[in-house]
Amino acid sequence: MSAPARSPQELHDTIAGGIGESPLRPDGTLKVRGEFAYSSDLWHEDMLWGATLRSPHPHARIVRLDVSRALAQPGVHAVLTHEDVPGENVYGLKYQDTPALAADLVRYQGEPVAILAADHPEIARQALKEIVVEYDVLEPITDPERAAHDDTLPKLHAGGNLVRHQRIVKGDPAATADVVVSGVYEIGMQDQAFLGPESGLAVPAEDGGVDLYLATQWLHVDQRQTAKALGLPLEKVRLTLSGVGGAFGGREDLSMQIHSCMLALRTGRPVKMSYNRLESFFGHVHRHPAKMYYEHGATRDGKLVYVRAKMYFDGGAYASKTPVVVGNGTTLSVGPYDVPNAHIEGWGVYTNNPTCGAMRGLGAVQPTYAYESQMDKLASALDLDPAELRIRNALSEGSTVVTGQVVDFPAPVAELVQRLRDLPLPPEPAGERDIRELPGGASNTTHGEGVVRGVGYGVTIKNISYAEGLDDYSTARVRLEVLGGEAVAMVHTAAAEVGQGLVTLQQQIARTELGLTRVSVHPADTSVGDAGSSSASRQTYVTGGAVRNACRAVAEAVYARLGVPAEGMSLTGGKVVAADGAVVADLAELLGDSAIEETREFHHRKTYPLDPETGQGDAHVQYGFSAHRAVVDVDVDLGLVKVVQLDCAQDVGKAMNPDAVVAQIQGGSAQGLGLAVMEEILVRDGKVRNPSFTDYLIPTILDMPSMHIDVLERPDPHAPYGVRGVGEPPTISATPAIANAIRAATGLELPRVPIRPEHITGV
Amino acid sequence: MRVNVTVNGEHRRADNVWEGESLLYVLRERLGLPGSKNACEQGECGSCTVYLDGVPACACLVAAGQAEGREVVTVEGLASGDELDPVQESFVERGAVQCGFCTPGLLVAAHDLIERVPDPSDVEIREALAGNLCRCTGYEKILDAVRDAAAKKAVR
Repeated sequence: MSAPARSPQELHDTIAGGIGESPLRPDGTLKVRGEFAYSSDLWHEDMLWGATLRSPHPHARIVRLDVSRALAQPGVHAVLTHEDVPGENVYGLKYQDTPALAADLVRYQGEPVAILAADHPEIARQALKEIVVEYDVLEPITDPERAAHDDTLPKLHAGGNLVRHQRIVKGDPAATADVVVSGVYEIGMQDQAFLGPESGLAVPAEDGGVDLYLATQWLHVDQRQTAKALGLPLEKVRLTLSGVGGAFGGREDLSMQIHSCMLALRTGRPVKMSYNRLESFFGHVHRHPAKMYYEHGATRDGKLVYVRAKMYFDGGAYASKTPVVVGNGTTLSVGPYDVPNAHIEGWGVYTNNPTCGAMRGLGAVQPTYAYESQMDKLASALDLDPAELRIRNALSEGSTVVTGQVVDFPAPVAELVQRLRDLPLPPEPAGERDIRELPGGASNTTHGEGVVRGVGYGVTIKNISYAEGLDDYSTARVRLEVLGGEAVAMVHTAAAEVGQGLVTLQQQIARTELGLTRVSVHPADTSVGDAGSSSASRQTYVTGGAVRNACRAVAEAVYARLGVPAEGMSLTGGKVVAADGAVVADLAELLGDSAIEETREFHHRKTYPLDPETGQGDAHVQYGFSAHRAVVDVDVDLGLVKVVQLDCAQDVGKAMNPDAVVAQIQGGSAQGLGLAVMEEILVRDGKVRNPSFTDYLIPTILDMPSMHIDVLERPDPHAPYGVRGVGEPPTISATPAIANAIRAATGLELPRVPIRPEHITGV
Repeated sequence: MRVNVTVNGEHRRADNVWEGESLLYVLRERLGLPGSKNACEQGECGSCTVYLDGVPACACLVAAGQAEGREVVTVEGLASGDELDPVQESFVERGAVQCGFCTPGLLVAAHDLIERVPDPSDVEIREALAGNLCRCTGYEKILDAVRDAAAKKAVR
């Protein structure tokens, strides 16, 4: 079969600009014209619409499943259950524990039980109602702390209800201190809330395989899991990235991949699946809610002596990224601070709550909220300025983190805090104020009476790239050829552009390395080697490194073709230039009809697993650091909060595209603001109460204040171009900064985010 | 049912439309205009904002039949041929487009604001765009883009 009528575009738009400049996005014009093909825009003549039947119960045994009535509906072409899964009915990112379609047991509300394909989405929706499922409803397990320790609970999986337990011991775990503060902190379940729904178009192929066009974060890991479930060899399951409408971790796990391919292979027709918003809330994993017990001990002059913590992460029904969340959560548990003694324990558990997995700031968001709350509590106990306490304990180059790993690259934590402290504060409110800028805004709930102001800091450390011994790499193919008399380069990787600007960056690197103006980006697909995931703030580092390596190999091939030593040569302005500036050859003439193409990988330096008993080990490649200062106005009568100003300082190693760096910081900060004051999936007895954009609130343009952003560039000597991952840190540090500012304004303990009006008013 | 509608200045006809279909579905799936986006399909996110007889509306909340005989302008109709509207140009130039899924709706809403209020203040921009959710940008660059587009339009 042919490719879909609307399919992913090659990005030819060439906008000058190399590394360190801010060229515009090559996909920008398509996007503003409404012509960019997102996964839900894909269309194929003769295509069917897929739909999914999901369990209404968080925990139940399937007693009977009868699809015959649904299959008899006019316009319905296939109805499939677990019995129709051609290969292995199990997948998963870390552990293989998730059925493609539930067989005998459902473990969360919304778990897929059956799928069907029909002529029209409404026929599909109606036919779902004709599928008969009888459930024997079971009591759901919903308390993660109990799930971790209570062996009398039913086992949700063969191995029990514990996904991972990790202990970290540094120095003297029983150390004592003059000043001790403790607290118990909770964080609600946040959602990635990307705008583009989960969608894909599966097209059956003549070789018995299938071509899947979709929105995802990692094509190859989807390919591996999908092929296994379909019982097909990898080369018969080909994936192409379509336009992705945001991801933030929510597209790391499979959603419609296996289902759309099963339906396409069964019907012999292209099948499109596109979730609506309600289904999207059930169809992807969320951020782990957590409960954390923290105790900090310090000397009277404000030096940290020890941190002891226990943290429970609710993984929900399937493992997904829970093992990594426990690893990140415990290894980053004391924050960007020098702490000589620590005893940390983290548990990730199975429950019958919605499955939790990757979301921006993976595993660092939860402890950062807790330890930054503790730092303010400690500052108060010591009668110290909160910024000063952080500076006194800041990690720096040469410090040893809690896992014993030495920080062998710049770590300007104190400087980040100092820079924020030096920024001017907004003027104190005086006189008549525009109500739209007050808490409650145009709702006209206050004219300033009952409004108090507070300032708070939040600082974080986040690991960049995959950790704990994974060989984390990317692949790039670069082709140099003559088109229209000019030497042009084409970059081809499988790396997912999810909005962050990776396509721009790939062009920037190729332009810089090859001294060219015209560079285009091939659509990402599985016909080139693995690029790993667009997550963990790793793509600029790892795929950037691969594109660099491939470009340099192309340059070497150019010199080899010329028969000159590579030493001292460079490519500039379409010419081969010697060290003394003399032009040695014209690239277009040299290439003629014969293109040069090279494929290279980039592997970052090795990491190592944690010791299972002590949690010691060089687990991480690199750390990112960011800090926020928030200024808030709080209406203490109504509990409404207005974030007046949110400033951020972040070290990015090297700003490859300064405008895009700032944009990532602004967007990430907005998600952190959301978690601080509004975003939570409300789950009761395992059931989601607010699966819609009416009830799950994300920040609007009225909620986000202006930001001052201070970008530091302290190159990491181990990273390509000195880069440091950018995407995640700002999301992490924004939340505690806002929570601390609300505490400063109100004097309340506020041990849970999101902070709701009733937490402030006590009603 | 058959629906006749003028879209971006062109008369269009859609046949065999099911009564429950929205204008958004007809535009996207029947008329081949996927620019208006399907993010929430319940009028909360603004991604499907189009002009309906000159007034911005969420196309997901308009039943296809309600559009009969009316005039619709979608994001695809903002540019004149190859020439982008200033608001489109500014969104690209000011980095207000990341994943871009919210962009079509924001463009129509921003276009409408500048038509009504040629030199909007920041608070006016925020109020006008409060019905358009964006998950990527943090909105600051969207503000920059709208300010910039208003300035460009004032000059032209």
